[in-house]
Amino acid sequence: MLDLTYEAPKPKVIQGAKHDWELVIGLEVHAQVASRAKLFSGASTQFGAEPNSNVAFVDAGMPGMLPVINEGCVALAVKTGLGLKAKINLVSAFDRKNYFYPDLPQGYQISQLYHPIVGEGEVLVDMAPGIARLVRIERIHLEQDAGKSIHDMDPNMSFVDLNRTGVALMEIVSRPDIRGPEEAAAYVGKLRQIMRYLGTCDGNMQNGNLRADVNVSVCRPGDYEKYQETQDFSHLGTRCEIKNMNSMRFIQQAIEVEARRQIAILEDGGTVVQETRLYDPDKGETRSMRSKEEAHDYRYFPCPDLLPLEIEQDFVDGIAAGLPELPDEKKARFVLDYGMTEYDAGVLTADVENAVYFEEVARGRDGKLAANWVINELFGRLKKDEKTIGESPVSPQQLGGIIELIGKGDISGKIAKDLFEIVYVEGGDPAEIVESRGMRQVTDTGAIEAAVDQIIADNPAQVEKAKVNPKLAGWFVGQVMKATGGKANPAAVNQIVAAKLGL
Amino acid sequence: MSALNSLTIAAARDKLRSGEITAVELTEACLSAAEASGQLNAFVHHTPEIAREQAKAADARIAGGDAPAMCGIPLGIKDLFCTRGVPSQAGSAILNGFRPQYESTVTQNLFDAGAVMLGKLNMDEFAMGSSNETSTYGNVVNPWRSGNDDAALTPGGSSGGSAAAVAADLCLAATGTDTGGSIRQPAAFTGITGLKPTYGRCSRWGIVAFASSLDQAGPMAKDVRDCAIMLGAMCGHDPKDSTSADLPVPDFEAALTGDIRGKTIGIPKEYRMDGMPGEIEKLWADGTAMLKDAGAKIVDISLPHTKYALPAYYVIAPAEASSNLARYDGVRFGHRAKLSQGDGITEMYEKTRAEGFGDEVKRRVMVGTYVLSAGFYDAYYNRARKVRTLIKRDFEQVFADGVDAILTPATPSAAFPLGSMAEADPVQMYLNDVFTVTVNLAGLPGIAVPAGVNAQGLPLGLQLIGRPWDEAELLNTAYALERAAGFVAKPAKWW
Repeated sequence: MLDLTYEAPKPKVIQGAKHDWELVIGLEVHAQVASRAKLFSGASTQFGAEPNSNVAFVDAGMPGMLPVINEGCVALAVKTGLGLKAKINLVSAFDRKNYFYPDLPQGYQISQLYHPIVGEGEVLVDMAPGIARLVRIERIHLEQDAGKSIHDMDPNMSFVDLNRTGVALMEIVSRPDIRGPEEAAAYVGKLRQIMRYLGTCDGNMQNGNLRADVNVSVCRPGDYEKYQETQDFSHLGTRCEIKNMNSMRFIQQAIEVEARRQIAILEDGGTVVQETRLYDPDKGETRSMRSKEEAHDYRYFPCPDLLPLEIEQDFVDGIAAGLPELPDEKKARFVLDYGMTEYDAGVLTADVENAVYFEEVARGRDGKLAANWVINELFGRLKKDEKTIGESPVSPQQLGGIIELIGKGDISGKIAKDLFEIVYVEGGDPAEIVESRGMRQVTDTGAIEAAVDQIIADNPAQVEKAKVNPKLAGWFVGQVMKATGGKANPAAVNQIVAAKLGL
Repeated sequence: MSALNSLTIAAARDKLRSGEITAVELTEACLSAAEASGQLNAFVHHTPEIAREQAKAADARIAGGDAPAMCGIPLGIKDLFCTRGVPSQAGSAILNGFRPQYESTVTQNLFDAGAVMLGKLNMDEFAMGSSNETSTYGNVVNPWRSGNDDAALTPGGSSGGSAAAVAADLCLAATGTDTGGSIRQPAAFTGITGLKPTYGRCSRWGIVAFASSLDQAGPMAKDVRDCAIMLGAMCGHDPKDSTSADLPVPDFEAALTGDIRGKTIGIPKEYRMDGMPGEIEKLWADGTAMLKDAGAKIVDISLPHTKYALPAYYVIAPAEASSNLARYDGVRFGHRAKLSQGDGITEMYEKTRAEGFGDEVKRRVMVGTYVLSAGFYDAYYNRARKVRTLIKRDFEQVFADGVDAILTPATPSAAFPLGSMAEADPVQMYLNDVFTVTVNLAGLPGIAVPAGVNAQGLPLGLQLIGRPWDEAELLNTAYALERAAGFVAKPAKWW
């Protein structure tokens, strides 16, 4: 496997009133499994359905109803684990996490506290070319999502929508290896990227199918290294958990705000209380949700309705055999195969659709040129129209055609941009468009010389000035290009103008 | 000819097949008996329309030559089973008004085999009780009386309605469920036969859960043969229940040869309790002698962890119950308390559950919550699970040593008067399960067979415990015991 070398980023340092502080961050990411049916029922997981229309009897906690594990969800969790280079546990088990809430119909969430399906793994979080943080994954477990309580539709009543109840989530728990707000957001982004490559989670944060609980603590420089040496948490500060973040921007803001809150307390001689907090983006502050004393006692115990989940090594091997090329490998390959920069490779592999598109454009053509065109022209144009790569009006074959015309010298870079716009708006075969619209580049020096002679003859005053100030040659080049409708080969024009002016 | 409602399943089946009687006639006889049985309080909901419709359909099937063994057989259904469109309250006020939109797998299996449902049978609330005194519908009265004493006796619990209904010939048989003895103890108290199958033999889908790792449905019938016939129709693999076993269902009735020569019967010394009544001691000794006379080899065995079974059971069962009963919160179905101005969700939970649950249910929910809570989990719940493993191992050891079945008393006494335990420590009531809970903890099949009467004429039962999944052999041993015991007493009708 190809690997790019990297070094770890510097931890974020916040200057307090008295001294410097560092951040220590761990995340619990809840990723909705990309399954059409729920974890323990056959009900649909479709987003945006009529309230309470995707609800099986077991989802509603009806008496006597029993959960049955969805094998598809198990396969997707295993696939995610393999994508995070994690240990797959052939025997795992489900536990009940007990608490009362109206959107939790059974009165417990079925989760995996004691024996998760996926054990330790790792994720490389790219921060800049050559700079990346290796974040250790502690575990991934399968669990049920809760429903949705709606408190603002009626002054006296709350409403409950059970559509989301029982939808399969993977909770991906990291070690406290993340050292700054940007790293935290990049970590979530990397998980999202990997899971989208794998097809195990859509990663749509707006629809809530990727959410994160963020654990933040602060420590003095040097303390983290002591923790690393000993794995003794007492070197680190007391952490607070910020619940249910569903935007990368808010994750960064919340961490920053929370760290500063903790620093202010500590520098004031106070102590940070371990608790669960909520981030309020409007006020830009975190607020206590419940303290450790008020924390639920979840009374976890093995779910007696489900037998331990046993999977065969063959099942895991089958999934491993079907694993796609993952972002890190793809990026490294792009750098080596196409000679592009790590930055460009990062852009092109950010989303698997982008990478697939690029490789179709680049196949048998100039890879560097293809990368430039995909990143600068295509992505720029799509962004302007707020289109995704899947909605691109220009196919990889069409863009490849344009690049071929440039390579053959049939069109200049400038003409190519016009051609791209025509193909983008009107469609059509680039080569045919060049022919039918007479866009082919003029390389006939006779025709160019004639045009240069004409311009010189028409502008004697400019000629005199140019002889004093050779920079004015550019003006003649521009006039020639104008006269030829931009089709003259720019290199040839430069050369001839210089010669005729005697520069 | 005796009244149709007093027939066994086997006898009724033969008469139905020969055309001597019709399912409609049989059903009408039972409906009449059931309707006239108000004093027993066994039925909490009659379903005559459903019964008549099913009986007609059964007659049509029999006429068409398609008559499974249970076809046209009128049954009572314990209120713990969810029956589509019919009140299913598990004997609890918190499920007031609840009519499920689904049919439990066990009742569906029975209906598919042509069985007829007469109605729903009383039980201890959420199957928590040993005397049927915790039901929201009030207690069931045992059709048996002690000598000339008119005092009302308990039918046992939690399947007390099922036991009383079968003993009083209100139905041919009934469904029961057994979490710690809830089929076998009431069967013993009412002179009928009740089988708790191996855990996983019958689907739990659609049965209101008490303690999921212990609950198991089973037949309560007039004799061993009827239990065999009914079990065959009830059980089988159900993909909707992950703990249901994917095993073939043998022909249990065909196993009833009565020949137990050469079989080894274990007599566990730990079941000989201090202060055991003489009548129970005698019954056990008599039963042992009967099996020996039938050709079995009797061996003394030891199940050393037996004394820890009851405490372990009363940790594990309440723990699971405290979680299983969390869904009764007033949000989606059943009872919801009237709220006062300013009450929020917490008050709704508190008031609803305070009003909806009875004392015994509350006690177990509290015990269960306690044993699972942080700091106590290892001391109670985890320790109880370890005990459970040891108890299971005890049984595995004796079976590995060649024991085919184990004989014990079913209960520590005969049926006791209703109300007599009202002032007692709840643990006194729990002692009723002392001989039966081990079987649930180990997931084994166990059957209670009436084997004699005490000096006051009250029935007494013996329990046989079998190897897992070998209900066929267990039923055959029970059949041999039944034949030897020749129990034919019936309660004198007073209701």
